[in-house]
Amino acid sequence: MNNLRQWFSKSGLGSVVLLAILLVAVFPLTLDIFRLNLIGKYLCYAFVAVGLVMLWGWGGVLSLGQGVFFGLGGYAMAMFLKLEASDPESTKIQTTPGIPDFMDWNQITALPTWWEPFKHLPFSLIAVLAVPAVLAFIVGFAMFKRRVGGVYFAIITQAVALILTVLIIGQQGYTGGVNGMTDLKTMLGWDIRTDSAKYILYFVCVGLLLASVLLCLWIQKSKVGTLLLAMRDKEDRVRFSGYDVSMFKVFVFCLAAAISGIGGAMFALQVGFMSPSFVGIVPSIEMVIFAAVGGRMSLVGAVYGALLVNFGKTYFSETFPDLWMFCMAALFIGVTMFFPDGLAGLYQSKLKPWLTRSRSAPKAQPPAAPPARPAESPRMADSAPPTAKPAQA
Amino acid sequence: MSNTDFALAVEDLSVSFDGFKAIDDLTLYVDKDELRVIIGPNGAGKTTLLDLICGKTKATSGSIKFKNEELTGVEEYLRVRKGIGRKFQTPSIYENLSVFKNLEVSYPEGRSVLGALRFKCTTAVKERVQAVAQEIGLGDVLEMEAGLLSHGQKQWLEIGMLLMQDPELLMLDEPIAGMSARERELTAELLKRICVGRSVIVIEHDMDFVAQIAHKVTVMHQGKILAEGSMEAVQSNPKVIDVYLGH
Repeated sequence: MNNLRQWFSKSGLGSVVLLAILLVAVFPLTLDIFRLNLIGKYLCYAFVAVGLVMLWGWGGVLSLGQGVFFGLGGYAMAMFLKLEASDPESTKIQTTPGIPDFMDWNQITALPTWWEPFKHLPFSLIAVLAVPAVLAFIVGFAMFKRRVGGVYFAIITQAVALILTVLIIGQQGYTGGVNGMTDLKTMLGWDIRTDSAKYILYFVCVGLLLASVLLCLWIQKSKVGTLLLAMRDKEDRVRFSGYDVSMFKVFVFCLAAAISGIGGAMFALQVGFMSPSFVGIVPSIEMVIFAAVGGRMSLVGAVYGALLVNFGKTYFSETFPDLWMFCMAALFIGVTMFFPDGLAGLYQSKLKPWLTRSRSAPKAQPPAAPPARPAESPRMADSAPPTAKPAQA
Repeated sequence: MSNTDFALAVEDLSVSFDGFKAIDDLTLYVDKDELRVIIGPNGAGKTTLLDLICGKTKATSGSIKFKNEELTGVEEYLRVRKGIGRKFQTPSIYENLSVFKNLEVSYPEGRSVLGALRFKCTTAVKERVQAVAQEIGLGDVLEMEAGLLSHGQKQWLEIGMLLMQDPELLMLDEPIAGMSARERELTAELLKRICVGRSVIVIEHDMDFVAQIAHKVTVMHQGKILAEGSMEAVQSNPKVIDVYLGH
């Protein structure tokens, strides 16, 4: 039993199990379908936040354009759903029946060839993962091979987000423009707007999110995770230990992009539309705030962060619509200044020590104190006291 | 350029930064199993030379051959994989990772992304980490966070991280900087042990230490080689005395 507990806390699975219980049991049992659907929507953003934990927290690369990948995943899914909703029967009042309504409004008379493959669900599902990952690979490869990083990389991802928004809005006939893709109805004939469908989609969303968290956890525990931490600390040392640092960054960027894509697709399914308002600069920055509030080193924390901030967003935007943006900004500034490791950091540094203390207090024997500093090696024992550490830069 | 038996052959190497020639037409050969010490006043170009060999800086002209293989134009990480290890001037270790992890990450396996995902810390890896940790005197602090080590221990740890890769050419930039007298002695012994079966280049200022370890000494000045030979020969060279004592 004790071994099991130890293994749980060491592998970080305990917190995942707790999160799973909350999402799978507590929320569905206590909330009505409207609220649950809302949670499902928030959880879609949590995918992006989980990706950002890997990319930003572990990889040390801040991307301010994750909305791009969320959007691409969402559009890939929405294109499939839109095509299914645009069968000739229900679009017979159009000039050209059988194509999406926004195409018809823009005087397009035939389905563009690049839309054709999205008639097939398997292709669309692959595209949900592959399109964000391929774009991330191209951008990442071009940037990281040239050793672009830090602020410059963040600015470039912002530019990508802006470019994609302009592209989507400008190409109205192919993308639905600023309205996005609306009136998504069925998936392979299954009506996604019913309550039962919303329940099922919620659980699919939770399942995929937990799977993503577990995948990322496994990567963190692998040598890749260690290398990411090492790179964040001393990039040159990793490079001069025989690693192609840029490829590891490309990998984690692609990973974050693909996970964000899943979030986008689940969003399109659960909310029933997709629009450029989830692609641009502002939503991308909001997504970074979710990760920051939850704790950028903690996968589970990022999920809580996404839930909490979105709760706040819904609550405040209903109660004080004018103040919401200021609250959001204040939250971000406050968190980065006072709790740089977010909620997860707060738990680690404040709540956890308090919990262990109160748990071990009733027992007679105090827990064995960990050795403050292991004894120095015998070879060192007779050497002079260690010289002062150089001042940290 | 000609093929040679040398482990490292640097020929006619130059690099200039905005017109300033940090390395000026330099030629240097290092034998197999040799421990070479490079000395010289500040700004002589010693560190730049190591940067050029390991690829941190790109050469303007000239050739660097490692086991008769041209290195200029080869990416840094590939040079490492060919067998070149480099220790930086300030100890460059992963402060937040344990000593064990620091050494494990340096194990030359699973260096690609997929390889690293599949990498398992096998008994062979653990044994190698143990052996190297013993060699550098950190066998008892494997679980300690590396940032808590003393300055001297950090220097050793970085040397250990290079030893994990078993490089054929090991380049150490001021390995005893900030060490106590006793630590220096231990480091000298360590260097004598590890230069068996590989070539080692050391940059150092401490003349007693140099005399202790060097097989051969190269004196650099203003990007050129001023003198080369045994410690005694170099110390009695009038040009060297002139550079070190000033005018």
